[in-house]
Amino acid sequence: MRPADRYLGYLLISPALLVLAAIALFPILAAVGLSLQRRLPIFHIAAFVGLENYRFLMADPRFWNSLGNTVYFTAVSVALELMLGLGIALLLDRPFSGRGWMRAIILIPWAIPTVVTARMWEWLYNVEFGLLNHLLMATGFVTESVNWLGSPFWAIHSAILMDVWKTTPFAAILLMAGMQTIPRELYLAARVDGAGPWAIFWHITLPSLKPLILVVLLFRTLDAFRVFDAIYVLTGGGPANTTETISVYAYKVLFQTLQFGYGSTLAVMTFACVAFISLIYLKLLGRDYWRRLVQ
Amino acid sequence: MKRADPLKKAGFLFLLLSTAIFFLGPVVWQFMTSIKPDTELTALPPIFPTNPTLGHYVAVFRDQPFFRIMGNSLIVASMTTLFCLVIGSLGAFALAWMGFRGKGAILGIALAISMFPPIATVSPLYLIIRALGLRDTWWALMATHTTFALPLTLWILTSFFREIPGELYKAAQMDGCSPLQAFYRILLPLSAPGLGAAAILVFIFSWNEFLFALTFTTTEVSRTIPVGIALFPGLHEIPYGEIAAASMIATLPVILLVLFFQRRIVEGLTAGAVKG
Repeated sequence: MRPADRYLGYLLISPALLVLAAIALFPILAAVGLSLQRRLPIFHIAAFVGLENYRFLMADPRFWNSLGNTVYFTAVSVALELMLGLGIALLLDRPFSGRGWMRAIILIPWAIPTVVTARMWEWLYNVEFGLLNHLLMATGFVTESVNWLGSPFWAIHSAILMDVWKTTPFAAILLMAGMQTIPRELYLAARVDGAGPWAIFWHITLPSLKPLILVVLLFRTLDAFRVFDAIYVLTGGGPANTTETISVYAYKVLFQTLQFGYGSTLAVMTFACVAFISLIYLKLLGRDYWRRLVQ
Repeated sequence: MKRADPLKKAGFLFLLLSTAIFFLGPVVWQFMTSIKPDTELTALPPIFPTNPTLGHYVAVFRDQPFFRIMGNSLIVASMTTLFCLVIGSLGAFALAWMGFRGKGAILGIALAISMFPPIATVSPLYLIIRALGLRDTWWALMATHTTFALPLTLWILTSFFREIPGELYKAAQMDGCSPLQAFYRILLPLSAPGLGAAAILVFIFSWNEFLFALTFTTTEVSRTIPVGIALFPGLHEIPYGEIAAASMIATLPVILLVLFFQRRIVEGLTAGAVKG
């Protein structure tokens, strides 16, 4: 490698680094700065208050409520997505005619805008004219329509079902690709040794997929934890804040009550949670995996 | 090697069919909603439209600046894709083919940024964009979308560029090619599939993005489709037929991308994460 190449390398990567530094890294630091202020842009109020916002946050029941909602939403939806995704990946693992079509079909929910998904499910969940209530009543599962988005218990679970619909495909696609890399000879050898389908799944498929499962969990957990669009459009956080996640709460404080200081505090807390979750996964994945990825 | 067990086969088909219905059903329902006249929307049964109409589609374009909104989405997503590919391919060229210190760190930072919750950057970005007078312009969206799609672009392209043997680069230099000539004469043509995969994923990301679009746009001058659909105005009740029609319009381009380029999309999604 000629030394000139090294400088050229830095030169070529610099536009990307510049953009990331200016529009992603700097705003994060600026958000930390804002979170230490009492800041109301419409009244031109900007006063440094130290950790006052964080003290307020610790005692803010609405923050703890939104954190609880976010954790519950994330844990339940990611667990369901992983299990369903594994099932679908197993189903589509062996070649059959029409596999390409199946793959295209499950990619559609992944690809459509989340806002559209939310509007779509809002209509499916409609109390009077929703398809879900109609089908459940026609088949006798319920005798009167359920108010899916209006009752605290059903609202959060309706949001979870919608998220599962939208994001299971991502898990399934990654896991399918991972399964394709497992040498077929391993399966053959196991079958020769008399292993049944369950034994093969537990002792060959799952262990081979372990790093990939962690990657899927990492991406899905972080995505679910910062959920905004889906909830904001489907329920707006209601009823009675039972579906309000941290991102939604932060957004409302920022752009509906225009408290940029406290809103930024909530945003920084979201960031801190996400960073913490990433660190746990990175630890679980181990150094070697990352070294292999970046080398 | 395998006996054809009819019971197993039936079970397999049943599972396939249930999967297909679960994932496709809501989209099909939304499509049927979009072509049902209002009287059929508020009555179940019939489940299937008996008097299909394009009225809701006409209404979307007549009552709202939907052409403008679609144009905004198209321009923002296309320009974001272009910016990401230019900046990203130059960066990935360096990351994949040139030896310099800190490559791992750069990819790590890119990965970390792709995990940022967008809400964590939106308040300072809003103040900056307002101070620069860029509120309600395409620029605000193109800049933020490019930034947050760039990590993905870098990862996909670096992973594709690495598949191309470095000897080609050395051979090209022997033949008197400058590094940039080697880049656009050899690397880019050979990694066209990777560029395609990155382009499709970036386009879909920008087309669908909501939080920044909601925050930085105020009127139809720059409003994109997701915001248009989220803020759908209803005088007395929610106009579900029109929302369904608008949803279909927003969804059609991404469905076409999926149908034509599913292989590229899967390659892009798995680039980097799945290694044999």
